[in-house]
Amino acid sequence: MSTFLKIHACGPTVTVQDQGRRGYLAQGLTRGGAADLSALYEGAALLGQSPDLAALEMVGFGGNFSASRDIRIALTGAPMIATLDDAPLAWHASHLMPAGSILKIGGVRSGTYGYLHVGGGIDTPVMIGARAAHLSAGLGAAVTEGQDLPVGKDNNTATGMTLPVENRFEGGKIRIVASMQTDMFDPETQARFTRTQFHRDARANRMGVRMAHETEPFTAKGQLTILSDIIVTGDIQITGDGAPFVLMCECQTTGGYPRIGTVIPSDMARVAQAAAGAPITFEFVDLSEARTLEQRANAARNTLANNVTPLLRDPHSIRDLLSYQLISGVVSGTPAPTTEKE
Amino acid sequence: MAKYPRIRPVGLSGLLVQFGAGMSEPANRAALAFRAAVDEQNWAEVCETSTSLVSTFISADLVSAPPERLIEQLQDLLLSRDWYKAELPAGRSLWEIPTLYGTQAAPQLEEAAEAAGVSPQQAITELSSARVRVLTIGFAPGQPYTGELPPHWDIPRQQALSKSVPAGALVVAIRQLIIFTNATPTGWRHVGQTAFRTFRPESDTPIALSPGDEMCFPAVTAAEYAQIEQRDTSGNGGAQRRVLA
Repeated sequence: MSTFLKIHACGPTVTVQDQGRRGYLAQGLTRGGAADLSALYEGAALLGQSPDLAALEMVGFGGNFSASRDIRIALTGAPMIATLDDAPLAWHASHLMPAGSILKIGGVRSGTYGYLHVGGGIDTPVMIGARAAHLSAGLGAAVTEGQDLPVGKDNNTATGMTLPVENRFEGGKIRIVASMQTDMFDPETQARFTRTQFHRDARANRMGVRMAHETEPFTAKGQLTILSDIIVTGDIQITGDGAPFVLMCECQTTGGYPRIGTVIPSDMARVAQAAAGAPITFEFVDLSEARTLEQRANAARNTLANNVTPLLRDPHSIRDLLSYQLISGVVSGTPAPTTEKE
Repeated sequence: MAKYPRIRPVGLSGLLVQFGAGMSEPANRAALAFRAAVDEQNWAEVCETSTSLVSTFISADLVSAPPERLIEQLQDLLLSRDWYKAELPAGRSLWEIPTLYGTQAAPQLEEAAEAAGVSPQQAITELSSARVRVLTIGFAPGQPYTGELPPHWDIPRQQALSKSVPAGALVVAIRQLIIFTNATPTGWRHVGQTAFRTFRPESDTPIALSPGDEMCFPAVTAAEYAQIEQRDTSGNGGAQRRVLA
């Protein structure tokens, strides 16, 4: 008998996401996939399974779920209020979800994108090489109330585990590297860009995140005559009104606005997760430093399983597990968020 | 002035080879041919390749290996021949896509004609007899940028965007025609409507068009267009495809 996750109610933008699609840039389709890829690796570490399995991505708000058989779940990404048959559940942790019990995931506590992983992964049909919905491309659809999502075969049994995570949910300093149009911005404009205190604008989605600021617009030489050219995820495009947009996983493949730099891949989760109003600053790093940072981040991501520990607290005192005090002392490729306040 | 072709960094995502600062037919051909040549090399660090109007993007793992070696390899390949004299790709198709010009279905025909300095009737005659080439696929899945139209069609994009034009819209600006994949706000002017779907996710071949393909947009009446919409549910919108030699 197959296993299903039933959706009793859900927020407006709950989608199935995985690592997305590679190999379709030439046909105009960007990678897409989870907005916070780190969350996929954390879910995989908590459940002892592949990071290629699909999970549910929940923007700002989750929903009510039940399973047709006992399943294992993990909750990662932006912490949300979660209960299982009304008992509070720890975030950044794995749990047993008995058949018929009701999992309620409410609003986000900080950050933007929360993830619900299931043991064996969400097993919806593969579309053009992935299960991920790519709504801006018109590929797949958001999850809706009443839907039954197939769950894959689970090869493991461990639950009640937790993973300390770095706070990537409140903005901070974002490292960027020069890109093909950086030198169209004069040195003073580049310097002003890195001095400026931005805030994540309310205008943000899986295609792009606008950075609000109160200083004069940023402009490039000859910016009206730029020929459209390749866009990659992380590019910081300066649109007509002079405000930067960081282009996210579901962005278009080409564009004619100048780009001042590109966010390094391991800082993209921090951009995606920053809630509206969160403070953001940018810092240029050179390519060799960026490579070192990425190598370190990749290594940390591949050894996450070593940091998984049993949840020790009983459910009645679990609330304080959600506090970020948990994370102090964690070694990571990025500086601790407490050192980044501007 | 910058010298072309030139190699530009694209963050940690790869390298870009640009064959010109503006659109030109030889630079577009060079980009397509250079992409095919890079694909043939099967370099281990290359993940995928694509082209824009006059550039080739080489997506590569620059985290594991520094870019210097790939830059050298690309320089050698660039020097190996005159890419601006390259042939068009083999196996190209000609697509004839029935198009309803003007009417309420495509309300900016008259405006576009005026900007091009021709009467609306002349605009239909010119656009429906033009044979253009797919210069690049991009922005959205399967979305073709085609050109080039005669010089008087070098009309600017509108300053204020149209709120939304529908999927299948034929739009014009800067001597190019696009068929939109999805409904979108745009500065391009909506001069015709087609029932051609450039992206069909449920199909075995979700994207039919390739760079180098040729396209024309013969005019049909509103009645003919309605019939096509009713009869052709394949997503082809009544289009005819012919293989070019």
